[in-house]
Amino acid sequence: MPKELPSKKNHVGELGYSYRRKLHERLIESILFLSALLSVVIMLAIIVMLVKESVVFFQHVSIWEFLTDTQWTPLFDDAHYGILPLVAGTVVSSAVALLVALPLGTIIAIYLSEFAPFTVREIAKPFLELLGGIPTVVYGYFALLFVTPLLQIIFPELPGFSLLSAGLVMGIMIIPYVSSMTEDAMRAVPMHLREGSYAMGATRFQTAIRVVTPAAFSGIAAAYILGISRAVGETMVVAIAAGMQPNLTWNPMEPAATITAYIVQVSLGDLPHGSVGYQTIFAAGLTLLLITLVFNIIGHLLRKRYREIY
Amino acid sequence: MQKIAEINQYKSEVKNLSFYYGTFNALKNIDMALHDKKITALIGPSGCGKSTFLRCFNRMHDLYPGNRYEGDIMLYPDNVNILQPKVDPIEVRMRISMVFQKPNPFPKSIYENVAYGLRVRGIKQRAILDEKIEDALRNAALWDEVKDRLNDLAFNLSGGQQQRLCIARALATDPEILLFDEPTSALDPIATASIEELIADLKDKVTILIVTHNMQQAARVSDYTAYMYLGELIEFGETDTIFIKPRNKQTEDYITGRFG
Amino acid sequence: MKFIKNKAWQSGRAKNVNDLDDLRKIISHHKRWDLLFMITGIVALMIAILTFISLFAQMLIDGMPRLSWDFFTSFPSRRPESAGILSAWVGTTLVMLVTAVSAVPLGVGAGVYLEEYAPKNLFTEIIEINVTNLAGVPSIIYGLLALGLFVYQLGIGQSILAAGLALALLILPVVIVATREAIRSIPVAIREGAYALGATKWQTVSDHLLPYSSAGILTGIIIGLARAIGETAPIITIGALTFIAFLPPSPVTDEFPYISFEWLTAPFTVMPIQMFNWVSRPEEAFQLNAAAAGLVLVVMTLAMNGLAIYLRYRMRKNIKW
Repeated sequence: MPKELPSKKNHVGELGYSYRRKLHERLIESILFLSALLSVVIMLAIIVMLVKESVVFFQHVSIWEFLTDTQWTPLFDDAHYGILPLVAGTVVSSAVALLVALPLGTIIAIYLSEFAPFTVREIAKPFLELLGGIPTVVYGYFALLFVTPLLQIIFPELPGFSLLSAGLVMGIMIIPYVSSMTEDAMRAVPMHLREGSYAMGATRFQTAIRVVTPAAFSGIAAAYILGISRAVGETMVVAIAAGMQPNLTWNPMEPAATITAYIVQVSLGDLPHGSVGYQTIFAAGLTLLLITLVFNIIGHLLRKRYREIY
Repeated sequence: MQKIAEINQYKSEVKNLSFYYGTFNALKNIDMALHDKKITALIGPSGCGKSTFLRCFNRMHDLYPGNRYEGDIMLYPDNVNILQPKVDPIEVRMRISMVFQKPNPFPKSIYENVAYGLRVRGIKQRAILDEKIEDALRNAALWDEVKDRLNDLAFNLSGGQQQRLCIARALATDPEILLFDEPTSALDPIATASIEELIADLKDKVTILIVTHNMQQAARVSDYTAYMYLGELIEFGETDTIFIKPRNKQTEDYITGRFG
Repeated sequence: MKFIKNKAWQSGRAKNVNDLDDLRKIISHHKRWDLLFMITGIVALMIAILTFISLFAQMLIDGMPRLSWDFFTSFPSRRPESAGILSAWVGTTLVMLVTAVSAVPLGVGAGVYLEEYAPKNLFTEIIEINVTNLAGVPSIIYGLLALGLFVYQLGIGQSILAAGLALALLILPVVIVATREAIRSIPVAIREGAYALGATKWQTVSDHLLPYSSAGILTGIIIGLARAIGETAPIITIGALTFIAFLPPSPVTDEFPYISFEWLTAPFTVMPIQMFNWVSRPEEAFQLNAAAAGLVLVVMTLAMNGLAIYLRYRMRKNIKW
């Protein structure tokens, strides 16, 4: 005869919740919740920190001057605080990068997702991932000491620092990022849509362009937008290869500073805490955060949309 | 002499067909024929290879590596074996259309869905497209329901309408054979009835091969029925004969519901 | 439903779309596009591969002659031929230690909470959107946060602790996302099995979900740390000195209690900063040092990412739920 469980005999209502067990569970849940909450705290801290220092900055400098002045010379005696040169540098270097990264990234994604044999894909994907994992400072070195001299053979008048060289390398750097997200979006398109197209006598190219790409549209758009955000926020390649002098130009053959490169330049010097120069990097950082935040939110919404469809 | 008889009678003839997924032998030495402008149904328990067999007709297996055909599927009146490597699967698929188990409209407008097969052929003239699309939608009994909203997204249609749209898409290119892979298994009974009616009406125009898991459906719509089991063709004949007086004991068991 | 007889079908009033010769011409025309795109795709892939090869070759040619035992055991110097990366790799190791110790528990905890505990409500959604947004914030912004918050507000100074924490914040989203994905891939049946035996939520998580997803989480941690090792911008922003010719105090001492945390507040340099410093020098000899440092850095990150890829590959092969 099996032994009777002691609890059955001695305690009435043993099936009720154990108070201690409940407390223990609650405690753990609270700790886990706090670590999840931390991400919100970080975001708030970033915003508060940037806004706080920027507010002090904008007491010295009017927002109007900040947005319209065409010179950025905060460290000179004749100080000007126009963000435009930095924005122009950022826009030009990002544009060059995207001209490289978006077409090549898309072509690679379509090729890997729709054309490549299994073994090619299995080798190429981790390889691209490795390419994306190389530190940006190394890409900066590569731009300055390999790509710039190479470009100078074609364009002898190209200076030692240029937005072109930085942008090109940045573009190659972003390819894995764009291609992997685009490929994910394309592979999320269900197989039965492809089969429907092939069953109509479509070729691979027709299926890829007419059916898979439109079906993956929002995912691809998200990849592009996150790629833009990445290019805008990239720091080391431009700081090393594009020079760090603010220069209001739309010509990629010239050297110029981006928003990020300016922050690096100031940080390399010895600026006292609380000086206007110290505050400028927070104002520049706030500008950068706002730009990337807008892109990130659009990208996030688009990605959510394609995940909902399939 | 015999050849001429075949040509008149058969749209296609399967000779000693075997099919392999890698090393797995999915179809074993199948011999049968598709009668011209008739409906042939493939029945059998799930996993018997009936969908695999259907997909040989438009060489869908070519899309995935490691698949292998043996034997012939002759297409008449051309008298060519469409499984030969030198025959382009794309050409086969342009002449033999397919409707899938689950409605799979493209994420495009109703109009563009039906136009797809024509656009794939490089047809751009609006007048031809308009006419062909109207014809196809009428033949798929969908025209009256969608004629005022041809530019709506196809996803907005109901399941039954989506399946009829897929049939219209397949019809728009005037196929010689139309393959149906369990076309009603994802639909409700009312939509199923309308699709069955449509299939029966289409037989004047096109030779039809339909896979179905539903024996009543096979009995209702088809002229010929083939019973398959474990990759083999057990019995093939006129539907009435198969359902009323099957020669094979196994077929009888399946049809009377004692097995499967 | 009425079937409408259509004359066009029979009479062929419209252009016959299946004229065989036409069809074959069209197909071969379209197939040329297939081929063309195949070639374009391979060329695009080749551009990426060639870039990688030339990057590696350039560093190898420039940096290889400088790589010697002395290079790893010497401090930076004004004379390029006797300069080394001792303080840089020691600094990187210590900063990574701080990063791992702070980012791993927080990231895994947040991932577990979001995947297993979080109720479906607006607040959870805000946290989720926020994690995605944090992943998209440029790294230099984390540097500004660390500069304002850790260095000045909290008075930690331009120290290993400040740098480690800044990088921890940076890789937190990577760890969170990896944890969530790893846990999500465990089938519901495993959870129900545990609950059916009377396990509490935390017992289910700690006895089943975390062990079964550990390989996936580890992969995420390694990828995160590989990214942190190469990050330069946030550390520059903190104001890390670039010429450090001494080591931080040792964490192990010969007196009781044999362990010291003084190193946390010590000034430091790290590998990418050292490389950046040398790249910015006009003298070519220093740029050779930069190549050598870059080579070490790239080998480190490639090894870590390669390990992560290998782990993931093994995982996919072994676990079939």
